[in-house]
Amino acid sequence: MEALLSLFIRAIFIENMALAFFLGMCTFLAISKKIQAALGLGIAVVVVLTITVPVNNLIYNYLLSDGALAWAGLPDMDLSFLGLLSYIGVIAAIVQILEMFLDRFVPALYNALGVFLPLITVNCAILGASLFMVERDYTFAESVVFGAGSGVGWALAIVALAGIREKLKYSDVPEGLQGLGITFIIVGLMSLGFMSFGGIDI
Amino acid sequence: MDSVKATLTTPIFRNNPIALQILGICSALAVTSSLQVTLVMCVALTFVCAFSNLGVSIIRRHIPGSIRIIVQMVIIASLVIVVDQFLKAYAYAISKQLSVFVGLIITNCIVMGRAEAYAMKNPPLPSFIDGIGNGLGYSVVLIAVAVVRELFGAGKLMGFEILPLVTEGGWYNPNGLLLLPPSAFFLIGMFIWALRSVQKEQVEEPDFKMASHTTVREGA
Repeated sequence: MEALLSLFIRAIFIENMALAFFLGMCTFLAISKKIQAALGLGIAVVVVLTITVPVNNLIYNYLLSDGALAWAGLPDMDLSFLGLLSYIGVIAAIVQILEMFLDRFVPALYNALGVFLPLITVNCAILGASLFMVERDYTFAESVVFGAGSGVGWALAIVALAGIREKLKYSDVPEGLQGLGITFIIVGLMSLGFMSFGGIDI
Repeated sequence: MDSVKATLTTPIFRNNPIALQILGICSALAVTSSLQVTLVMCVALTFVCAFSNLGVSIIRRHIPGSIRIIVQMVIIASLVIVVDQFLKAYAYAISKQLSVFVGLIITNCIVMGRAEAYAMKNPPLPSFIDGIGNGLGYSVVLIAVAVVRELFGAGKLMGFEILPLVTEGGWYNPNGLLLLPPSAFFLIGMFIWALRSVQKEQVEEPDFKMASHTTVREGA
């Protein structure tokens, strides 16, 4: 239990998807002009990550990894080279199912998240979390915690950045640095701040 | 011939995918702490971008509009698997260093963006050249960042010593910050600033203009 809690905290602060690994940067910079939109996208990312990482974990452990097909009578089969293709397929399919499910049963949430869901398929934070899960050999329980933790960390980072950018438009920025340039430098400072969490262990 | 040259060179400075279109930044930041790894990443991305553009362009008339994204995704993912397996076989140490970032070429917005915006509308050859051009535009920014980070952060380039370090009896005191993730953000921010100072038309309009100072007479 303690190990899982420690993993959760590490995924949020120390190994923050956006600020330590730079994953999901494109959407991170594009959708962070308003807090409202940033919050919607953040929640969508948490939901999708919490579902896709465990599902990909099951697919890797029972279908793709070396010797995983032993239950089907094929102990020598190693399909791990198909990993990339399967993970992205699973992510695209789950996002699509989630979209249809929300549209049918929770229309209020669908209207709030609607625009962001298709964007999420090509968000590298989602695929990146699945790839990290495979590389670090997480168990099923760990993958649930890791998925949720990295989602929360990413959401936290984008909401914080949106808050700063809302104030930033009233400030006097040099001409060439206007817009994208100054945003990069702010994200750099935030990332520097998050690095001070390094070494915290529970 | 001129149009070929234009397709190839426009993305490098005038319409740079990273600096102007904010595409493909994820991997741009994460792999640039050493020049060698960066070069491998650039070659991999240019390869995938060029051939996915070619592939998408060849079958562009046969792809139904409603499932085009997934078709493009499959083409790109297959190419990335080829690159990934190739690196694992012939450059295992570098593929370990790149870890998940080779796989993340799939979700690199440059590749998807070019397939969707250019290759779906143009014949195979120009699409292929456009892919190479955008790959090079990405490489220019990455290599510039990597040279600064490795040279001033570790005193080396490609693993060869350029600036002898104080710890090894030389004179150069390395700037450790440059090897850490945040420095990549600062460097790309500066790069965008430099590029936009030269090409004024890329400057974004501010939301609010600062009012000029009041004169002494108005104040009194």
